[in-house]
Amino acid sequence: MDLVTRRVRGAEGIAGPLLFLEGVPRARLGEIVRIRAGGEERRGQIIELTGARVAIQVLEETRGLSPARAEVTLTGEVAALGVSRGMLGRVLDGLGRPVDGLPPPIAEARLPIHGAALNVTRREKPADFIETGISAIDGMNTLVRGQKLPVFSCAGLPAGRLAAQLVCQARVRGGERFAVVFAAMGAPFREYDAYLEAFRRAGVLDRTAVFLNRAEDPPIERLMTPRCALTCAEHLAFGHGLHVLVVLTDMTSYCEALREVALAREEVPGRRGYPGYMYTDLATLYERAGRIAGRPGSITQVPVLTMPDDDLTHPIPDLSGYITEGQIVLSRELDRRGIYPPIDVLPSLSRLMGLGVGAGRTRADHRPVADQLYALYARGRDVRRMAAIVGAANLGEDERRLLDVADRFERELVGQGDAFRSIEDTLELGWKLMAPFPPEALTRLPAAVLEARRKEAP
Amino acid sequence: MTGRLVRIAGPTVVADGLAGAGLNEVVWVGEERLLGEVIRLERDLATIQVYEETEGLALGEPAEPTGEPLAVELGPGLLGSVFDGVQRPLDALAARQGDFLGRGARLPALDRARRWELEPSVRAGDELLPGACLGIARSGPDAHPVLAPPGAGGRIAEVRGGAVTVDEPVVRLEGGTELALAHRWPVRRPRPIRRRLAPDVPFLTGQRVLDCFFPVSSGGTAMVPGGFGTGKTVLEQSLAKHAAADVVVYVGCGERGNEMAEVLDELPKLDDPRTGGPLLGRTVLVVNTSNMPVAAREASIYTGCTIAEYFRDMGRSVALMIDSTSRWAEALREISARLEEMPGEEGYPTYLASRLARFYERAGRVETLGCGEGSVTVVGAVSPPGGDLSEPVTQCSLRATGVLWALSADLAHRRHYPALDWGVSFSLEAERLRGWFEREAGEGFGALREEAMHLLQRERELVEVAELVGTESLQDAERLVLESARLLREGFLRQSAYDPVDASCPPRKALEMLRLHLELHGRAANAVAAGVPLRSILEAGLSARLLRLGSVPAEAIASGAGALRAEIAEAIARLEAE
Repeated sequence: MDLVTRRVRGAEGIAGPLLFLEGVPRARLGEIVRIRAGGEERRGQIIELTGARVAIQVLEETRGLSPARAEVTLTGEVAALGVSRGMLGRVLDGLGRPVDGLPPPIAEARLPIHGAALNVTRREKPADFIETGISAIDGMNTLVRGQKLPVFSCAGLPAGRLAAQLVCQARVRGGERFAVVFAAMGAPFREYDAYLEAFRRAGVLDRTAVFLNRAEDPPIERLMTPRCALTCAEHLAFGHGLHVLVVLTDMTSYCEALREVALAREEVPGRRGYPGYMYTDLATLYERAGRIAGRPGSITQVPVLTMPDDDLTHPIPDLSGYITEGQIVLSRELDRRGIYPPIDVLPSLSRLMGLGVGAGRTRADHRPVADQLYALYARGRDVRRMAAIVGAANLGEDERRLLDVADRFERELVGQGDAFRSIEDTLELGWKLMAPFPPEALTRLPAAVLEARRKEAP
Repeated sequence: MTGRLVRIAGPTVVADGLAGAGLNEVVWVGEERLLGEVIRLERDLATIQVYEETEGLALGEPAEPTGEPLAVELGPGLLGSVFDGVQRPLDALAARQGDFLGRGARLPALDRARRWELEPSVRAGDELLPGACLGIARSGPDAHPVLAPPGAGGRIAEVRGGAVTVDEPVVRLEGGTELALAHRWPVRRPRPIRRRLAPDVPFLTGQRVLDCFFPVSSGGTAMVPGGFGTGKTVLEQSLAKHAAADVVVYVGCGERGNEMAEVLDELPKLDDPRTGGPLLGRTVLVVNTSNMPVAAREASIYTGCTIAEYFRDMGRSVALMIDSTSRWAEALREISARLEEMPGEEGYPTYLASRLARFYERAGRVETLGCGEGSVTVVGAVSPPGGDLSEPVTQCSLRATGVLWALSADLAHRRHYPALDWGVSFSLEAERLRGWFEREAGEGFGALREEAMHLLQRERELVEVAELVGTESLQDAERLVLESARLLREGFLRQSAYDPVDASCPPRKALEMLRLHLELHGRAANAVAAGVPLRSILEAGLSARLLRLGSVPAEAIASGAGALRAEIAEAIARLEAE
């Protein structure tokens, strides 16, 4: 940090969230500045340097800001956050300042919020599962420590309820220490109020750090919120050895803020107006999930996003899907039929499931049971589509059995409601659903698994 | 000559005072000496793309050109290494900087502490051809042919023995040129060859559906488009493990860190079925994950390709895997946007097509300058946004490559891997490779392939009909087609990457399996025509046996198939007699 404070009186101009300065000595890219005008203090960040001209992105509302009267102080520091274990149990704003009326947590370290890329040779591959208590996730698309697994939702679907359920119920087995970092971006009052209420009621606030960027907060702050949350998570995971689950909601608000800011900077827009570097930008968030060789903790991410117009190919879900390790897709059709959580397991996928299941982790029969249920359900759905055309009466016996298993799979296994269901109960339910089928129809179950099951069950 | 930074915007910076610099010259940027490359020159203003994070750079900081284009170091010790997109050794970086990547670290790509013993194959007085082999360098269990740089040749004045590091001179030519074990080569310039060879030898992947239906030639190019979750990476990784290549160069271009961690974790544990040694011993990894600097991502495919060409020049068959070219194209687009260039389709620069085509042209089976025949086969993954194959990167790749391995989300949802869509995929090289398969895998290969494709095509048509009228309304002969096609899909096209035997399938075994599938279908069709009800054929339990053929080892397939063939014949004959 420079010892001489660098201060400039009067800015050249302002355009939306951008403030332009001239003649600033030794300004650095990414440097944080303080802007004092009319008794108010705002924060900003240097985003471009051209000749003598400095472009500053203001982090708070710029309405009423007069460039001529602004006094800008350069801090010599890139965006950083004071982090500590004391952030657990606290409700903070989108930049990490307390909003729960308590004094700020005493910082144990001050870390740049952009983080640094983890050297891949130091990465430990994800392993062991996080039990969410939700059958469609634990049983069919297992969440693994160190993984990033987004929830793709549509407007009007209960994604918020599911996010809250994850925060309240998730746990790791084996008595290791577990914490949740929850970041809400652009959340309206009704939503964040419901979140906080749910956390309090479930008594999980003590193990949770909440970062809250409200709908009324400036969009630029929204770009910092997940970075602050992840910086806190990294400190808890790799500084304190906790297994940290990071829930980020709603990434769609984040991406819209990114677009808004990019266009304000007059950048060339890409697909649907989103900036061409959105993939890289999202990657710098999602890639902060993981484990490090030789350190005990882990960061697991569940970003929640709303697909605009239910469109899976929209840039936001599309680019997210390319970076994350799978996706949990919510279905409007299941929701209409009153099934909660309305998780459609066919397009859902946990790419890392293999690393988190099996003997010693969940159960030896987990993978084959999940594969077999998938196959039966997929064929059952085909039959259902066919039955809609030809009528149920024209179905063969095999087909009727498949149709039946698809219905029961949705009602019983997926549609479990708000209750916590252990992985053992999920797998037992799976066996129950497969019971009407003769062993030769269950081609995804290896003979050894069938044999073991036959010995076990009377 | 040192310039000063006058503009800083994301990964690109502009420096003045660099009138003497050249295009693509490497520049040290800022006080931390970040690695950069000149990508545009106007008067004395040089636009530089920086291969490291630029946050914290200030105007007025120095920019110092090196006089050298972006190059890689080629020599003993490459195999088993993990590099970033500009060939920095990630292991050594971790040892120096810790778990997270810092900036400004200058580390040589090849270990300078390691000593190699050169077993020369040349003597003083010999005439050395450019690119020729000088001998073998040995260090512990590792042996590595040493090549003269493609530009250096002449009469040898002196050959030095003893243990040397990669940068110490071992051969002196008359005229004073000194050659070391390693040399440098600019990444954007293809290494020279003597001539290209015809694409009539297949590059065997071990995946039945690829080798039998959509083969790629050794030295050919294949593209693998697939939306997310279609198993693109799984396919590329099983190719890296099982394909018949002497050396695999895997470029993780803008992809996931965890995936690379998994590869790094698995490779040392896997045995190379060809050499018996660890698979890592024939692999070079170039990794620039999505959160690493975008400019280095752009460079990573050239870094990987140059390393691949170097091994090709030793006479090796090299597989170059790029996962994914879309991420590379996006890096190109991002940099182009920063340069405020006029955008083409979907914001990609107009030179996307020519760059991509030129890159794929670096593949080939060739006669090398020095050591005979070598090849670089390129498999490029494409990640089309929204699975939309009309987007520019897919379309440009379609024109540039000879084989399309299209992956289908629907098959992936059904856990059918490799999720190759046989209705969309094609191989422009299949015809020229047919002779090889008839010769090496067995006669009738081509005919069986066509028959199988025809069966799958019939299935597609019948499924459409069945969706209208229900399967119950189909004739037995038609339902048999559906059943046989299902068996073919589940027992032949589907291949388990987790089953140690099934994971890789040689062409002879594949042919035997295919023949059995079609024989069963043929015999059953005859029986159905003769009035045997389909249900009793299905109840004979032959299909379950057929489905498990994949896990029969290749050595046992002939006897296993013989037994099953006899069983099929007997069962059908019994049914016909009834």
